[in-house]
Amino acid sequence: MSPLSVRGGPSSSLKRWLKSPAARWTLYFVALCPAAWWFWLGAQNRLGADPVRAFEEFLGLWAYRFLLASLLITPLRIAFSINLIVYRRVLGLLCFSYAVMHVLAYLALDLRFDFRIFGDDITKRPFLVFGMLTLLCLSPLALTSTNGAIRRLGRNWKKLHRLAYVALVTASVHFLMAFKTWHTDAALFVAFGMFLLIFRGVRSFQNPKRRRVA
Amino acid sequence: AAGLSVHPGPFNASEPLTPREDVTHYNNFYEFGLDKADPARLSGGFQPRPWTLTIDGAVARPLTLDVDTLIAGGALESRVYRMRCVEAWSMVIPWDGVPLADILRKAEPQGSAKYVAFQSVVRPDQMPGQRGGLGSLDWPYVEGLRLDEAMNPLSFLALGLYGDLLPNQNGAPLRLVTPWKYGFKGIKSITRITLVSEMPPTTWNRMASNEYGFYANVNPEVDHPRWSQASERIIGSGGFFGETRKPTQMFNGYGAQVAQLYAGMDLRKFY
Repeated sequence: MSPLSVRGGPSSSLKRWLKSPAARWTLYFVALCPAAWWFWLGAQNRLGADPVRAFEEFLGLWAYRFLLASLLITPLRIAFSINLIVYRRVLGLLCFSYAVMHVLAYLALDLRFDFRIFGDDITKRPFLVFGMLTLLCLSPLALTSTNGAIRRLGRNWKKLHRLAYVALVTASVHFLMAFKTWHTDAALFVAFGMFLLIFRGVRSFQNPKRRRVA
Repeated sequence: AAGLSVHPGPFNASEPLTPREDVTHYNNFYEFGLDKADPARLSGGFQPRPWTLTIDGAVARPLTLDVDTLIAGGALESRVYRMRCVEAWSMVIPWDGVPLADILRKAEPQGSAKYVAFQSVVRPDQMPGQRGGLGSLDWPYVEGLRLDEAMNPLSFLALGLYGDLLPNQNGAPLRLVTPWKYGFKGIKSITRITLVSEMPPTTWNRMASNEYGFYANVNPEVDHPRWSQASERIIGSGGFFGETRKPTQMFNGYGAQVAQLYAGMDLRKFY
């Protein structure tokens, strides 16, 4: 099955372009534009009554969405034979980028670099501990996302990158704890994340040989 | 809107007022939805008139007050209060209303009255947040104060905002304002006030008792389990680079008026 196979779909030159590095760089650039746009709006005081909170929530939500998107690549291939593997690294890096911006917005714009509060937050408060654990899980994945690191780590690379599922769990807990009550949107996103987790769990249990197809 | 006839009251905060647009478009009022933009967006169909407020329980003279009569009575005063939300943001709001103590005295509380229980309206047809669903609270929203807290001169029943009738999203036609406590104590659209002998249940305490206590006094020393209460973001103070953060004050800066109410109490335990 060819990548991006859609019946009657794009012409072969478009298909080639979609597989090219230029397409991936385009995705990366386009997906970062909303963050830049929101930052500009916030700087102009055009994000409502509580611009910092709105920006934090926006960044966190997109970090979670990109995490889901990166973890959706393999199930899409297994279940629907849609191969988007060339985009997985970009989606993972987008998740990491948004997660870093999310934490920076909290530290710089919200807490105004009050490291005393920040230190307490990320050690004592489960809500924020889970958030920081997520960033800790994502960081080695981002650092080992280069071709050189993939080559050097060999089969350990795939083992290491199962941390993405740990990040999914910690991010989900953080997401659900962000609201004072159960929040429908958050619950739906998290339910989808748990579906992906269970799908992969069942899959590797049923067919151990496929385990390495991360 | 027609301006209310009010006279200046005491306890006016000196901080700059939060812009009216922010006061009326950034609201926690779960009866209309979980998002802070929901109340302004979804409260248009709410009918705050006619409206009566019932005061009953351990009182010598149970009362039913008509809100329009209350407003027409010429007793409304304006007060500028700081408002500190439990979510670590704050506003400075010019309210118009009457001291709660004045209303309670009319009903003549009896000796057995130790607490004041407040109840909000239930109208699922006009309040979309009351139609159930994930994250819904139990309705009606209920709140409570100790009688001495309720009789404190700071406790206020607001019927207006910025010199006009209270907008629906801010708790029309009347709401409680206790500025030394976190904002969620300020129950909105009140229908009934009952004087009781036992501590009454309160909505957020029932929802998560480890996070929200009965007293809910603003206290920078006692953190919320999920975030610090040491400082607060000032709503409407600017964009990313203009918005300011300031240290949170004990009792939200109203210690001179209320600290004696809690003398000898462990405020870590009674949060």
